[in-house]
Amino acid sequence: MSFSISNLACARGGIPVLEGVSFTLEAGQTLLLRGPNGIGKTTLLRTIAGLQPAAHGSITPGADQIAYAAHADGLKATLTVKENLRFWADVFGCDDIEPALVAFNLTELRTRLAHNLSAGQKRRLGLARLLVTGRPIWALDEPTVSLDQESVGLFATAVAAHCRAGGITLIATHIDLGIEAEALDLTQFRADRQSEDHFDEAFL
Amino acid sequence: MIALLIRDLRQATRAGGGFGLALAFFLIVTVLVPFGVGPESAVLARIAPGVLWVGALLACLLSLDRIFALDFEDGSLDLLATAPIPMEAVVVIKALAHWLVTGVPLTLAAPALGVLLNLPQGGYGWLVLTLALGTPALSMIGTFGAALTVGLKRGGLLLSLLVLPLYVPTLIFGAEALTRGLASLDNATPLLMLAGITFGVIAILPFAAAAAIRINLR
Repeated sequence: MSFSISNLACARGGIPVLEGVSFTLEAGQTLLLRGPNGIGKTTLLRTIAGLQPAAHGSITPGADQIAYAAHADGLKATLTVKENLRFWADVFGCDDIEPALVAFNLTELRTRLAHNLSAGQKRRLGLARLLVTGRPIWALDEPTVSLDQESVGLFATAVAAHCRAGGITLIATHIDLGIEAEALDLTQFRADRQSEDHFDEAFL
Repeated sequence: MIALLIRDLRQATRAGGGFGLALAFFLIVTVLVPFGVGPESAVLARIAPGVLWVGALLACLLSLDRIFALDFEDGSLDLLATAPIPMEAVVVIKALAHWLVTGVPLTLAAPALGVLLNLPQGGYGWLVLTLALGTPALSMIGTFGAALTVGLKRGGLLLSLLVLPLYVPTLIFGAEALTRGLASLDNATPLLMLAGITFGVIAILPFAAAAAIRINLR
């Protein structure tokens, strides 16, 4: 299992954001994506997840190997913790949600409606979804927002376990997660935003 | 896919899910019409087919903007797009869930509301049949409209403007089949047209709606 990106260029709202992004990750590796706000961390992760097409370059393997976690957790407020997780487990064809509940310390909250969870608890439930996807590559966008110190520890443990099992993790983050990982600063791939022809798609 | 259907149905029946909203609206519309046109039973019997069909159509429209907007807001549409279910199947399931929580109850409640409008005897079977044939098209076309406007703030009004013209053929043939049925005339042609429109939109629109969602998610 390896994950490689070669000469990738991506755009947001028609404006080129990143170009020439290339790296290769082997099984068990974690990569932290760094860079100032607006550099294109989210855009890169959405491109990797297959939500938007790359302007240029290639990503292997394809989006069907990637579990994506965005800023929003995709939880339904009127369903319980267990129902929310069960739904994603069924979608991804996973039978057992117990390990995921245990890994993120959600066992006592299983019958609570997602509406009544705190922001950090919601985030933990959102991250527990990754464990039921069964996909080898995780692309995580600011996964530790609103998590307390202890929960960041749970998250680091889950990422370490995922990598030990041969998984690959990409994390866009600003804070120190306490995870042994290489960091990649995206500033070096910043696209030249002036050179692009400002063609107005709305005109069509 | 079954999981998605179960989740949508479960959500619809929980607090704030909107189940019953369409039914209540349909009831109010059919109660208001006699107030507007007067209680003369011959007039009511004359306009009952059209009023029942327009009422059901407008009731269907009410909950359309929820189909994708809620999933878009809480991020689950992004996650569904990266899940191993094709987007076309997501669209079909969403339309089916919408039909089960609005179209089916409207069809079943329509005979009771027909009484309020003095619908002539013998028309009740036709009423249920035409609505059962036509409401799937209303849900499918509405789901397509919801897919086009997903991600727009306050897209609900635009959605109505987009979808209502597309409802016209279903309304014309649905009401025509019912009126002809009431008058004991041959109504096979409008019934076949109604069924044809329904099957046609179910065959084509999932692909168009899925394409619209993919573009809107970029």
